[in-house]
Amino acid sequence: MTVLDIDRAGRAYGSGHLRVVALDDVSLRVSAGEFVAVMGPSGSGKSTLLRLAGGLDQPTSGRVLLAGRDLTVLDEAGLAQARRRQVGFVFQEANLLPTLTAAENVAIALELDGVRPKAAMTGARGLLESLGLGAAGGRFPAQLSGGEQQRVAIARAVAGGRPLLLADEPTGALDALTGETVMGLLRRRCETGCAVVLATHNIRHAAWADRVLFLNDGRLAGETGPPAGPECLLQTGRTR
Amino acid sequence: MHGYGLKTEFEAATGDVWPLNVGQVYTTLARLERDGMVSAETDADGQKIYQITDPGRDELARWFETPVPREVIPRQEMAIKLVFAMRSGVTDVTAVVQRQRVATVRALQDVTRLKADAEASGDTAWLLMLDALVFQAEAEARWLDMCEARLAREQVTAGLARRRAEIHHTGTRAAAADPAAVERSSE
Repeated sequence: MTVLDIDRAGRAYGSGHLRVVALDDVSLRVSAGEFVAVMGPSGSGKSTLLRLAGGLDQPTSGRVLLAGRDLTVLDEAGLAQARRRQVGFVFQEANLLPTLTAAENVAIALELDGVRPKAAMTGARGLLESLGLGAAGGRFPAQLSGGEQQRVAIARAVAGGRPLLLADEPTGALDALTGETVMGLLRRRCETGCAVVLATHNIRHAAWADRVLFLNDGRLAGETGPPAGPECLLQTGRTR
Repeated sequence: MHGYGLKTEFEAATGDVWPLNVGQVYTTLARLERDGMVSAETDADGQKIYQITDPGRDELARWFETPVPREVIPRQEMAIKLVFAMRSGVTDVTAVVQRQRVATVRALQDVTRLKADAEASGDTAWLLMLDALVFQAEAEARWLDMCEARLAREQVTAGLARRRAEIHHTGTRAAAADPAAVERSSE
């Protein structure tokens, strides 16, 4: 099932000789349970692509379909609704509300979906538990490490079973090992059927994805094929 | 331990990344025995069983304590390929870089998948091995990024130089046709 279908999307800013093309004729289709990484240097269009995918911005050409619905024909209210139901966002900073506990931060996302407060708290605790953060539920963001905060942000982003998770450099502020933990978390999220699109310039993190896309100057510059290619370094290696 | 057992043990610990030639294992063991680093006994099947000696243990400790020399630069085919791609001028260097990047990332995806499995089974020594491969591939990919950025900058610089030359050329021509006009435009 296709969750996200970006069809020849372009995004230009300004006009005349000040016109800047941030994204040029890029297509990307992501299925449920698929993990796609988008790589490229700064200014290559990674964040623009994610903003279009999540309905935070509209393309100037082409279409973006979220769960089969064309976002380019929606007004701001329609877009906001599509975003809330379909998409979870994770950014470099966890951006948790400092006056709420970890569990409350997650519960509030569920309440926005119309879940009653008590059920939302139960759901939030269960979700944190499943991400190995059961003990952190009652603590405030300032009492959590950077890695824990980012995991709470992921819990908030996927709360309510949103089918698409968009992550823009979610490991930028974390050390190497904690970054790996977060990637493992995203990977496991895909196994539950959630689709993940990750923008990163960290190649080690991109390698956790099923597919890696390369953007350069707003254009698609290449893509790794299906996993376990013949170039596998460990072709003769043991399979555990 | 038997020579063959040593070979399989080594390969299992390093995930078969560096397969050993069994002949080479026996030659090395014979040399170690000659130097007193290991001792050997022949078992009932006529096979030699090797055991490390005290001098062998000292030598092993020295090996652990000494950093691996970095003076010898291993030959890197990719670096050689890029150097000659640039010098030959017969191929699109940026495309060479991009093709390699796709291959490197794909290899990295495979190793990462093995890592996710190793993480689940809690095999730390095997994880360290896989990390080594991951960081090597990452280093190559980052080096490719740098190559690409340098090539792009060179193209921009070359483009600017060309434009400057053109402007200069046009200016000279205009001056020849109407020196007064050039003087006026430069005021």
